[in-house]
Amino acid sequence: MENLDTIIQILDSTIRLATPLLFACLAGLFSERAGVFDIGLEGKMLAAAFMAASVAAVTGNVWLGMFAGIGISLILALIHGLASITFRGDQLISGVAINFLAAGLTVVVGQSWFRLGGRTPALSGEGRFGQIDLPFADALRDVPLLGPIYSDLLSGHTFLAYIALLAVPASWFVLYRTRFGLRLRAVGENPGAVDTAGISVVKLRFSAVIICGVLCGLAGAYLSTGHGAGFGKDMTAGRGFIALAALIFAKWRPWQALGTCMLFGLLQAVAIRYQSINLGEFTVPVQFMDALPYILTVVILAGFVGKAIPPKAGGEAYVKER
Amino acid sequence: MQKMPKWADIVLIPLINLFLAFIISGFVIWSIGKDPFAALNTMIEGAFGSTNGWGYTLYYTTNFIFTGLAVAVAFQARQFNIGGEGQAAIGGLGVALMCLMIDWPHWALALPVAIVGGAVFGAAWAFIPAYLQAKRGSHIVITTIMFNFIAAALLGFLLNGALKAPGMAAESPGFPEGATLPTFHDMLAPLGIEFSRHAPANISFLVALLCAFLVWILIWHTRLGYAIRSYGRSETAAKYAGISPTKIIIVSMLISGGLAGLMAVNVTMGEAERLVLNSVEGAGFIGIAVALMGRSHPVGVVLAALLFGFLYQGGAELSLWEGIPRELVIVIQALVILFTGALDNMVRNPVERMFLKLRKGA
Amino acid sequence: MNSAIDTGRQETAAPAIELRGISKAFGPVQANKDISISVAKGAIHGIVGENGAGKSTLMSILYGFYKADAGEIHISGQKTAIPDSQAAIRAGIGMVHQHFKLVENFSVLENVILGAEDGPLLRPSLTKARKILTELAAEYELNVDPDEIVENLSVGHQQRVEILKALYRHADILILDEPTGVLTPAEADHLFRILRNLKNEGKTVILITHKLREIMDVTDTVSVMRRGEMKGTIKTVDTSPEDLAERMVGRKVLLQVDKAPATPGENVLEINNLSVIDDQGVQRVKGISLNVRAGEILGIAGVSGNGQSELLEVLGGYQTATGTISVNGQEIDLTGKFSDGQSRRNRGIAHVPEDRHREGLILDFSAWENTALGYHNAPEYNKGALLMDNAAIKADTEAKMERFDVRPPNPRLAAKNFSGGNQQKIVLAREIERNPDLLMIGQPTRGVDIGAIEFIHQQIVALRDQGKAILLVSVELEEILSLSDRVAVMFDGNIMGERQASETNEKELGLLMAGMNEEAN
Repeated sequence: MENLDTIIQILDSTIRLATPLLFACLAGLFSERAGVFDIGLEGKMLAAAFMAASVAAVTGNVWLGMFAGIGISLILALIHGLASITFRGDQLISGVAINFLAAGLTVVVGQSWFRLGGRTPALSGEGRFGQIDLPFADALRDVPLLGPIYSDLLSGHTFLAYIALLAVPASWFVLYRTRFGLRLRAVGENPGAVDTAGISVVKLRFSAVIICGVLCGLAGAYLSTGHGAGFGKDMTAGRGFIALAALIFAKWRPWQALGTCMLFGLLQAVAIRYQSINLGEFTVPVQFMDALPYILTVVILAGFVGKAIPPKAGGEAYVKER
Repeated sequence: MQKMPKWADIVLIPLINLFLAFIISGFVIWSIGKDPFAALNTMIEGAFGSTNGWGYTLYYTTNFIFTGLAVAVAFQARQFNIGGEGQAAIGGLGVALMCLMIDWPHWALALPVAIVGGAVFGAAWAFIPAYLQAKRGSHIVITTIMFNFIAAALLGFLLNGALKAPGMAAESPGFPEGATLPTFHDMLAPLGIEFSRHAPANISFLVALLCAFLVWILIWHTRLGYAIRSYGRSETAAKYAGISPTKIIIVSMLISGGLAGLMAVNVTMGEAERLVLNSVEGAGFIGIAVALMGRSHPVGVVLAALLFGFLYQGGAELSLWEGIPRELVIVIQALVILFTGALDNMVRNPVERMFLKLRKGA
Repeated sequence: MNSAIDTGRQETAAPAIELRGISKAFGPVQANKDISISVAKGAIHGIVGENGAGKSTLMSILYGFYKADAGEIHISGQKTAIPDSQAAIRAGIGMVHQHFKLVENFSVLENVILGAEDGPLLRPSLTKARKILTELAAEYELNVDPDEIVENLSVGHQQRVEILKALYRHADILILDEPTGVLTPAEADHLFRILRNLKNEGKTVILITHKLREIMDVTDTVSVMRRGEMKGTIKTVDTSPEDLAERMVGRKVLLQVDKAPATPGENVLEINNLSVIDDQGVQRVKGISLNVRAGEILGIAGVSGNGQSELLEVLGGYQTATGTISVNGQEIDLTGKFSDGQSRRNRGIAHVPEDRHREGLILDFSAWENTALGYHNAPEYNKGALLMDNAAIKADTEAKMERFDVRPPNPRLAAKNFSGGNQQKIVLAREIERNPDLLMIGQPTRGVDIGAIEFIHQQIVALRDQGKAILLVSVELEEILSLSDRVAVMFDGNIMGERQASETNEKELGLLMAGMNEEAN
């Protein structure tokens, strides 16, 4: 029984850790499916985490915090859009710039506002997202096996964690069953086809970038007001890049994104629970567990786990042919 | 038909970009309740007002020349090496191992060996991403980012274990006396020039300038440089010309990683005299801004590195005297990357139109 | 211009399209100058002109892709503003671009409804489109499987999808930009049948092409453009290919190249059982055998994409293959392990590639840097073990530019700043002046103005007369027939047949290009 408890605790922690990855991964999915590469997911998350925690700390209202987080993430997303769509700049370089902009501004502004060395005040009560207990969670806890799974694993997450899970089927539906999704996928494959069909490439790509901004905002808000209780310097710690890796692993598809994010969440959960793992003679150091998602990503990128083919027009600004 | 004169491309546009970045940075300073002009004054005074200031400015400049050249060489082959941070960190490991290897009798013997150690370790760290890009098409931007994280974990492991010196801090033992590099103070004293004893600028600065010169020779005057530039501008034409993409990607990334690794000679051997955690402190990333600003040309890189050396030292003074966090420099760095790299066309298009109009008028 | 008709007035109804005084400049380049043209309803109207004459720009303005600097567009007598493609579609204009605008990993249906969906959800649109596609297929011979993924379709079928897209949007006016460039003659004939069906249903068709034969075959009226200007509109029955060519160029042109009969010598190039499998695992060349002798031009005809490009890549040393190739009796390595483009050049093989923008030149490089492309290891371009002799390369480039009359003769100017003809001369000078035993030359005159074409053709013939072996690949049958001594036709990776140029004709070659070998039947 103790084993089951441990497993459930690790899986529960997996969901918590996978939530920001999932938001960011879907954010990247919309952007990249529309042909705009975005390595600035990290920066948008970081800025959003900061703003969400700051506003929640000042107003005591986590919802206002969330919207502030989305707001700042949107602004950065629009800068990325301006650079890569309007001015046809290099999308990678723009993403790098946005990551640094967020890394610098969150500390400079945070220090100026709160004088806590870049942190925001600790959040409590209405300043954080509370846990939502699913119906009958308490009553069903004692049912063998399924009880703990329902009550301890599936129940008791924050509002945003459930939103993230719902965002997966929603994204699938939007991409594959709607006019907007058809056009969005088309503009990432051949913007010329979209343009000659009389649809604005610029507007479509900006809508994708905006969706990306909103989802990154949710990812950041979750980190500082749902998962944590306040913002700390560089608190995203590379999650934006792991989400990017998950996106590649998922081959730019929503359901696969869910699976990959859960896998990476599991890795992090195991790393946190077991600082170092004893395998008889040999001890796996904690640093190895920390590095494992990155190593795994490289292995994935190396194509040892199947070839990932990105959207054909990804990374390139659209220029009308003469 | 050329759209505008060359000087406009390599001087005017970067200056306008820089100006825009500075305006916005000034606005950031103003918005946190400080006076941007006073801040600028503090920065200039702190960076250039004394030999101590100069000593720090040139110390940082040295780092940025190395990492800027690293990014620039990769750019010439159209590879975006974001892994300078990790390559420099692993380069530090190489330098430390060389310095700790024997009890060096004199720095002049230790320096060449340390240079080789830093370059080889840095290059080795760039090799796997380069190989995966060349052979398996794995996107080098993502893999080099991942290798930054992996490098940090590896160093954390070593400095908490095998390489750890006795005591609390996660750092290696101090290097032997004979591996101490001469600082500007040591070098200039025989010439009768007083230079601050405490400033960390050291002979590595000259190594950096030499590297800049060698990179210039390499890129514009050798067959390898020609091949690198060809591949960077057109992969298809390079293949047609019998230039192997695999070879160019790997070789250019090895050179790039090696240059990034050399940064450790300055930081680890020249200043800290031991290997510490996080010794690179973002210099690998600043290399991106430096290379963009310097148009991937060694002369431009040296000038841009000096600019960032000034910003870094000035930024340190700001946090000391004005209570503005050092991260302000990261903001400025981000804005420089944004304007010179990503929003280049925002400035370029109107400038081109202006020149076109001038020509029509003439 | 006695044969010119007074545009459009013989029709009582308003013309389908009337353009008045259209002008458009791109920076310093005046692409269209005060162009007026009128096309009657239910006509097939051709627009001819050389590369860069402004045909495509004019049609892009009509389709709302560019905005004209001046001028008016009238559709069926109504002045119409066409600020974007959506407006063009609303005005009943459809366009089939030279490079198809299809999403390759979408199905035919998805491509057809893209931008013309009926509501926010896809399913109703897909159902409706399926029904309409069936009707259109029956009406116009436009059969194509609506559920097939576009990248699995042949080029001819992909073009049908483009036409279906336009008809699905209720186009009354259909513009086709160089539609036959990628088609076999048989596929082109099918296309022309479709166009005639469209005409019979009262649709108006505008056909942009530089192939005069097509104009003569299928159009009712034809307009000629030269250097951005409209040089008149004529009834097709009143003109001839020679007359049209003269109007296009502005002077008399020789459509035939002046050359003496070949006096071929020993075999220089021998290819045996050559097969190529590309990166995607598709077999592009299927066991072909060929030979080229000294003092002879072997032309390889074929619709593009039938293995010619891969053949050139193998010979150029940047594509691996199986089989054997020998040059001057010595076998060359095809595995890519022991040889590359460099060693091919050392063996006396020079190569003017098909696409000078992608392969032959580095557009951002200066002319002198391009002159060293592929020859950067040559001893005369280097000094010492390490350094290149940039001054020597510049001097050599200047001399070459002089001899090939490249304008402007400035070795420091970037390649992108030269015109197409001058760019091609830079490549030719580089390859020919190496004095190779074998010259491979792909699409020698693509995107080159007629004046430069004559010069380039003369250079190729002169090289032959010096006793060099020349392998010419071109999709232009006319060019193949006028330059080659022998002609081999490639189709689907095979050699369909070989003919003496003097003993064959376009019709016979056209059948071979379509994969029909009468001997086999």
